[in-house]
Parts: sequence; C-alpha cells; structure tokens
Amino acid sequence: MCDTASPNQFVQKLDDYIDSLTHKKENLIGVLHYAQEIYGYLPDNVQWHIAQKLDIPSATVYGVVSFYSFFTMIPRGEHVVNVCTGTACFVRGAEKLKEELENQLKIKAGETSPDNLFTLETLRCVGACGLAPVMIVDGKVHGRMHKPQDINEVLAKYRPES
Amino acid sequence: MDIQLTINDIVLKVPEGMSILDAARTVNIDIPTLCYLKLNEMHYNNNIASCRVCVVEIEGRRNLASSCSTPVSSGMVVRTDSLRAIQARRAMVELLLSDHPKSCLTCAKNQDCDLQALASELGVRHISYEGEESEFEIDTSSSSIVRDPNKCIRCRRCETMCNDVQTVGVYSAVGRGFETVVKTAFDLPLSQTACTFCGQCIAVCPTGALTELDQVDKVWKALNDPNQFVVVQTAPAVRVALGEGFGLEPGTIVTGKMVAALRRLGFDRVFDTDFAADLTIMEEATELVHRIQHGGRLPLLTSCCPAWVKFFEHQFPDLLDIPSTCKSPHEMLGVLIKSYYARTLGIDPKTITVVSVMPCVAKKYEAARPELSQGSETADVDIVITTRELGRMIREASIHFDHLKDQEFDHPLGESTGASVIFGATGGVLEAALRTAYEVLTGETLEKVEFEVLRGMDGLKEAVIPIAGRDYRIAVIHGLGNARTVLEKIKAGDSNYDVIEIMACPGGCIGGGGQPYHHGNLEILSARAGALYREDRSKTLRKSHENPAIIGLYKDYLGEPYGERAHQLLHTTYTARKKI
Repeated sequence: MCDTASPNQFVQKLDDYIDSLTHKKENLIGVLHYAQEIYGYLPDNVQWHIAQKLDIPSATVYGVVSFYSFFTMIPRGEHVVNVCTGTACFVRGAEKLKEELENQLKIKAGETSPDNLFTLETLRCVGACGLAPVMIVDGKVHGRMHKPQDINEVLAKYRPES
Repeated sequence: MDIQLTINDIVLKVPEGMSILDAARTVNIDIPTLCYLKLNEMHYNNNIASCRVCVVEIEGRRNLASSCSTPVSSGMVVRTDSLRAIQARRAMVELLLSDHPKSCLTCAKNQDCDLQALASELGVRHISYEGEESEFEIDTSSSSIVRDPNKCIRCRRCETMCNDVQTVGVYSAVGRGFETVVKTAFDLPLSQTACTFCGQCIAVCPTGALTELDQVDKVWKALNDPNQFVVVQTAPAVRVALGEGFGLEPGTIVTGKMVAALRRLGFDRVFDTDFAADLTIMEEATELVHRIQHGGRLPLLTSCCPAWVKFFEHQFPDLLDIPSTCKSPHEMLGVLIKSYYARTLGIDPKTITVVSVMPCVAKKYEAARPELSQGSETADVDIVITTRELGRMIREASIHFDHLKDQEFDHPLGESTGASVIFGATGGVLEAALRTAYEVLTGETLEKVEFEVLRGMDGLKEAVIPIAGRDYRIAVIHGLGNARTVLEKIKAGDSNYDVIEIMACPGGCIGGGGQPYHHGNLEILSARAGALYREDRSKTLRKSHENPAIIGLYKDYLGEPYGERAHQLLHTTYTARKKI
C-alpha cells in the first residue's frame, strides 16, 4: 500500500499526476485516491497541497475527505485488513471474524497496530458473497474465514519472517 | 415562456424555471424556509433544500417536495397549507430543535433568529423527538467572528456567501450524516484561516451559529472609568441603518438622534468617521497623482475596507504594492485623536479610549492589527462595536431612541462634507475622490457633483472620466468574488484601470456584516444607499477639500497631504499571508 519513495518524490509524483489531468478541479476525488495510494493516508499538508494545485479552497478538500469513509486522515499500517460487513458476510459470521481479528491483532476496528504493521477496518459488500465471510488484505480477498487457525495463517503471510 | 399552475386554489402564471417557492411569493404566499437565500443582485441562490422546511404537497406526487428546489411545471397543483404539509413542516422544525441548544434567552440572536421565529410561527409547543445532541467547541479565536457550531442547522448559507459570492472558501460541510457540520479546513480556528472577517456569513446565518465578538461590556467599562476620556466615532453607513433596530423604516436617516444617544451613553466626545473620510480623499487623491507623476504602479486600489485588505493579503500576496497605503478612515481618526487632539486638549493619549461604531465586523479585527498603533500600549482604535451592538447599548441604557432630539457632532473632528457621507455606499469613495480630483487638477469649480455612473448595485461599474486632458479609467467593485475577477486580470496584465474602488460587502458598507439583519431582503440595502445620497444632497459642503476642519488640520498639524507627518500617521503597510 505505502510507497517506499521519499516525501519529495511523493510530492513530485502527485504533482505529475495532477499536471497530467485535463480537468483538474473536477477530478478532486480521483486526485485524493491517487494521493492516498502514495501516502497511505491524507494528512492536512497533503490536502492543503492538493487544494493549492487544483486552485480550490482547502475547506472543500477537507469536506470531501471527511465525507467518504474510504479516505483516511490517520496513517495506516503497512497492511490494511478489511472485514466485509455486508449482508451475506454478516449472516455468515462477519461479526465473529471481526472479533477474532481484533483478538489476534490486539487492536480494535479502525485502529493500527503499535508496530505499524496492520490496520483493521470494516467495509460493505465487496461482491464476493459466495465466499462469505470474507476478509480483504491489501485488496486480496480471503474467503470462508470461519476458523481462527485459517485467519492466523492468512495474517502470517503478511508478517515479516523472524 | 409563462407557465400556469395552481397554488392553494389560486391560479397563477409565472416564468418557466421558477421555483414553487418563488412562484408562491408572487401571490403573497410565504412558504417558510431556513436555508433558501436569493441573492438576485449577486446572481447567487442557495437552494440546496437542506432544511426541508419548505415542503409542499403536489397533486399526483407521492412524496412532499421542497418548494425551493422544485421548478414549476404546467398544470401543477400545489398545496402549501394541507394538513400533511403543515405537519411535515412542524416535524422538520422539531427535528432541528431536537439537536439545537435550548438557550434562546441568552443567545446573541434572541429575537433576531429565523429558527426561533419559525418555531413561533408554526406554533411548536413541544419537541416530540429526543435524541443525541451535537457537541462542538465554540471558536472564539478571532477578534471579529464567534462560531458556535452547536447552533448550526446545516443550511449552508454561510458557505454560499463565503465560497460562491466572496470566493474566500473558508467554510465547508464536513463529515457525514448526523455528524455533518459546517467547519473550516482541518478544523482550524478561524483566526488561522484566510477568513477576511467580512461578516457576510453572520449577515445570512439564520441562527446564532455565527455572531460578532461582543465588545459592549468593554465599552461600558471604559465609560464608567473616571480616568478614561472616551471618544466615539461613527461610520457613514451606521446613521442610515441604526434606526431599523428601533422599528424605523429602512433608509431613515438618524444622524442627529444617534449623536444624542451617544452623548446620553456618556461619551466625552462624539466625532464623525466622515471627517476622516474627507481626509482619506485628500491623501488617496494625492497618492494617485503622485503615482501618475512619478511613474508608479497603476491601478491604485482603495484600502478603506479591512476585509478587502485581508483578502488581497491572502489571495494576491504578489500584488501588495498596488493598494493605496492609506489607513482606513476610522484608523486615521483614531490616530489623530490620540496625537493631534490629545495635544490640543493637553492630555496623555494613554488616558484616551477610542471607540468606533462600524457597520462592519472586520473593523474589529483591523483595530487589533499590530501595525495600527503608536507603540504597543496605544492602539489607534481601542474598541470597535457594530451598528447592532450600539443599538443594544441604547436599549440597555433605557433610551427612547425615536424621542431623542437631534444633536450635532463635536468640533473639529466631527465636521464633514457630503462627499464623505457617501463612502458608505459602493462607488461613494471614488465619487468623492473625483469631486476633489477634478477641482484640484483643473482649478475649476465642478458644477455637477453627482457621478451617477458609479452608483447602483451592479457588481462591477466602469467609467472613463476626462479630467484636465487625461482620461481616468475607473472601476467600482463590491463583493470579493467580483474583486477576484478583476485582480486576476490585473495580475495577467489585461487591465488598464487607473483607480479601482473595492468594498467586500454587497452594496458597500451599508450591507456590512455588522448592520441590522436584513433577513435576506436586499431591498433594504438600496433604501440605505438612497438615504446616504439624500444626506449628501442636504449638506452645504459636498467636496472633501472644502471641509474647513480638514484645511485647518493640514495647516496646523499635518503639513502637506501625502507629506512626511501624514505618512507617519495616516499610512500603513501590508503583509503577505498564506491561502488556507
């Protein structure tokens, strides 16, 4: 998720992207998506920078960021774990899956682990209802997550080898 | 093309595209609303249908419709007074009240609040809904505006004003669902944003979410301090609006009563900012001539309006060399009271308190600017109160305003001409400047002193005025959005104006953020402007340079206009600021 480039390279990348757009102001949401992909989150100074580049008020940018749950203003961990809480997953035990993840990661949904490795979040239906309940790690869907052992195995893949 | 429809059994024809709410108004049916705001003169409407109070029943439609955002259609049958519409409207107001502080009695907007008035009109006697109540911090960071988001009903009129009309963009709806509230970028205190403190958000806020920083108690304290010599000055636009707070018709001139009331309140001297407006003309006109003769940068931009000054400091920090360096009139008078007048009386300036009564909330911020003082202990102006605050003081002192006998300002700093009176309306400053410039540059008497081309509510007025063989290209702008358009042109080198007057508020100072609330009725502004022009006509002297007190001031104290002492006392500097 997080790019490994330096902050200066981040700004350059973001500016290049914005410069490449024909319609700038109209593409605020796209720009925010891109910025979050590079930075991992949208801190105030990045939002302010985007506002200057797009020539729109910073309050407008902040309003949009605060509206969509996809955007985050808090730094995320290296890996983002999402639990689907859509109807099918809910019926098939999404709540238990979430609790098990909170247990294993020792953080609550919406939080980031102290070692900055994992962020746990929830989202609505990802369209993989046949595999319910699902968890998504860095965009990859893992289905039928019933057993604590299976969940542990998935997480282990993202932990650094020791 | 006109469309025929029926509202409450009344058949009417209105132009296509009109909203049901506006159509109803043409047949004297006032559908209540809290968020709708029609700013015809500025070509902006706030009809986002967020308050849901204006719902009506339309025959053949299952759901009620918000009449502010639903256009009329041919054959439409509308009921604004059906039981369903009335009950829904009342429910909307109850829902708004369920998440609104119940502190009306102690609210700054008590009896001037649209939500309170509506609850009364709709006969809301209890609130059927109990639930969570928002809790936000109150922002008292600035010297001008107090934001209490707990009283915000998310109508977003302030956003329309700040973002669309003024193009300052300080506010945005932030968050989602119940948590949504109008805030600044990154929840910054207002003092750290690009807010110009024009106060137009206050002027349109239907509740007490946005109010001015109240300074009335500071004034009472100064008036009751036996060691302080308290001097008051009043801006031109105050005298044509103050009466509204006492039930007088908009446009009533109450200059004499205002002076009498100020004396009754206990001020030691009652001076007129108009005097300093005449002085501003002398300084600014000389500055313009100086720039033209010495190849200085044009256009010269007026600098009387502190909101406009803060706007260009934030938005055009690379153009800081084009505005006039003249302080605003009340700051000029403040510094003269504490220097020239203190010397005349033989008293220590530190024992003088200068109070300005202004139609403006930005003047409060301006008075606190560090460069507008003579050393750290004596600000040029100590306290600024608005027209509204003065009205409240008069009521608090149990003075029957409309029974007061007219009185005159004190001499010498209360003497003024008709030229200075019209400073309060958009176009007034340049009209006043032209009256003086013409006579100074040609040496002839100007017979027709009215420059009608500069009057009226157009956002941008332009004229080419020939004086002494040179054409002066001038422009008059009100509203910061209009100013931005012209500033962009200047920045790009596409403008050939010589001088531009810019005022932040619609209509100029008469529409200032500190004036009695117009509740969306902008015709009040025209009435106030009309009154200023009447006051101008009633004066014997109508040209600034004819003011005998001004002539005396230069002779006895200042020396030449735009000279050394004038520079030291009457001119100022600007600061580049961040756009946030």
